[in-house]
Amino acid sequence: MTRKIMRAAMAAALLAGAALAQQVLINCGGATFPYPMYSKWFDVYHKKVPALAFNYASIGSSGGIKQVTEGTVDFGASDGPMTDEQMRQFREKRGSNVLHFPTVLGADVPTYNVPGVTGQLNFTGEALVGIFFGKITKWNDPELVKANPGVKLPANNILVVHRSEGSGTTYVWVDYLAKISPEWKQKVGVAGSVNWPVGVGGKGNEGVSGQIKQTPNSIGYVELIYAVQNKMSYGKVKNSAGEFVQADLASVTAAAEKASKTMPDDFRVSITNAEGKGVYPISSFTWLLIPEKIADATKRKAITDFLKWMLTDGQNETEALDYAKLPKPVVDKEMKAIAKIQ
Amino acid sequence: MAASTTSAVKARPSGRAQSFQQRLRAGDDLAYAVTLAAAITILAITALLVYELYVHSTLSRHKFGWSFLVTRTWDPVAEQFGALPFIYGTVVTSVIALLLGIPLGVGAAIFLAELAPPKISSGLTFLIELLAAVPSVIFGLLGVFVLIPILHKLEDPIRSALGWTPLFQGPFYGVSMLSAGVVLSLMIIPFIISISREVILAVPNDQREAALALGATRWESTWDVVVPYAYKGITGSIFLSLARALGETMAVTMVIGNDPKINTSLFAPGYSIAAIIANEFAEAPGEMYTSALIELGLVLFALTIIINGAARLLVAGTSSKGGT
Repeated sequence: MTRKIMRAAMAAALLAGAALAQQVLINCGGATFPYPMYSKWFDVYHKKVPALAFNYASIGSSGGIKQVTEGTVDFGASDGPMTDEQMRQFREKRGSNVLHFPTVLGADVPTYNVPGVTGQLNFTGEALVGIFFGKITKWNDPELVKANPGVKLPANNILVVHRSEGSGTTYVWVDYLAKISPEWKQKVGVAGSVNWPVGVGGKGNEGVSGQIKQTPNSIGYVELIYAVQNKMSYGKVKNSAGEFVQADLASVTAAAEKASKTMPDDFRVSITNAEGKGVYPISSFTWLLIPEKIADATKRKAITDFLKWMLTDGQNETEALDYAKLPKPVVDKEMKAIAKIQ
Repeated sequence: MAASTTSAVKARPSGRAQSFQQRLRAGDDLAYAVTLAAAITILAITALLVYELYVHSTLSRHKFGWSFLVTRTWDPVAEQFGALPFIYGTVVTSVIALLLGIPLGVGAAIFLAELAPPKISSGLTFLIELLAAVPSVIFGLLGVFVLIPILHKLEDPIRSALGWTPLFQGPFYGVSMLSAGVVLSLMIIPFIISISREVILAVPNDQREAALALGATRWESTWDVVVPYAYKGITGSIFLSLARALGETMAVTMVIGNDPKINTSLFAPGYSIAAIIANEFAEAPGEMYTSALIELGLVLFALTIIINGAARLLVAGTSSKGGT
């Protein structure tokens, strides 16, 4: 009896060993913002296709770009698209192109602590630029009063709180400010960390929100998902159609939908300040960075199959985790682009 | 153990093996070799560190030259980098930490070693040594959630007492160089106490007895005899804590405000070298940016050497004057 069990156990172990030997491991890494989504997807997909496992290192967008360029990961992930210079470096090192595939959408929201104000504040793009430039210094500035009729704003000095470390959240925020103000674009620019004209830096979404909670009259920005999951109140932002829109899954997806009409073939597009009604203006894609040429046929098939699943069934998993899903036109365009992976 | 070695020697009594084993048994050569290797390893690691920092900061060193040290701009977008605000913030917070930490730390050490009843002393010392093992992120959280609210309450008294100096001007948002200095002082005090206490305890008893026999009071024997005797060890503990203050990262970045500007007011936010490296290194695109951050590491290394060297010279100067 014991012998039989032993034999069965040995056989099972051998089989498991054989299965392990055939398992394909895909190494990938990059952006931290979509990490909860990706790990959920990788987990669900691994259950569906047990022979395939993903190992995602959540090291930040710059890290994702660096590692995919060096070829130390099978694909990277980033909250900001690669620049032309980074694309050129990739071609130089790897001898082929890199493709961008949008996966989900995120958004930045303004969050604040103004004594006496309990409701939701409205912000115009000009007001946000003015505040972050240090030109609007008081809460009762006409620009803010005009946007918030009926709200009694105090005559207190505004404290700006921004992220202290380089981050995709900052990239999206300053990208929006630069679209509103040519002066911002020229003097401060767009990057994951910039030379802030005013304000103090908090580390991470939690650092920024903690600082704001503790400091009366402060304002900062956090990731929409962070604000939703921590039940923080945040402001509405005026879009280019003149409406004050609250960031939520629908208004963020709407921004991508409106932008998809002018979507370039390489998907490297900023959708901040998108045109159209109902869109939230500080929204952004997050991308997977996939080499155009994948030499290993097994890995190539695994990655393309995963992409197809992510764009179809995978998209149904997003809203449970508070990520806004891709609009249909973008999904269709990406499905076609998968064929480029050789 | 000794017996087995002897038998091994007996088993092979001839030639080189014997002399080697005898030397081994004597232990001197072996100990020399092992400790030398340890010392060389440490030196080699330090040298390698400097070398790596130097090599990887080439781009930035070539572009900015010595002006890197005196430039105030830190603009990752335009790739214009200067270290001055960070050097300033690092030095200022460390100085605040020492100003608060030395009197408290040395005072507590004197109490624990000389004046407190032994039972209380050993209990308290145990707690203080635990404090030295607390991770710095905990000190940072303590700073954010406990210390800063306390400083907010103290803001008005501080202003009314010292508001006329340029050091306490302008708005106070909580995160500031002052907060960072106070958190740092809390972090270095356990080091000062722990080491200074050991040093004071190591002062031979006949020193105390001699002083008391000459008619000194307990305090006179402590202050005039024991503390001067332990002077070198106490300053050693201060150097060690200074090094910790200069290089502290996590706790500082949580309370300093991370704003690369130079303000005379301690109420204003600032930035330290270690904090900006920790904040920006992971997400620094571009070789020039990374290179500038690595050069900051080199600057911190040099700064630590210069400040420690200067402090040592200062101590050497005063102790030779005040000696005996």
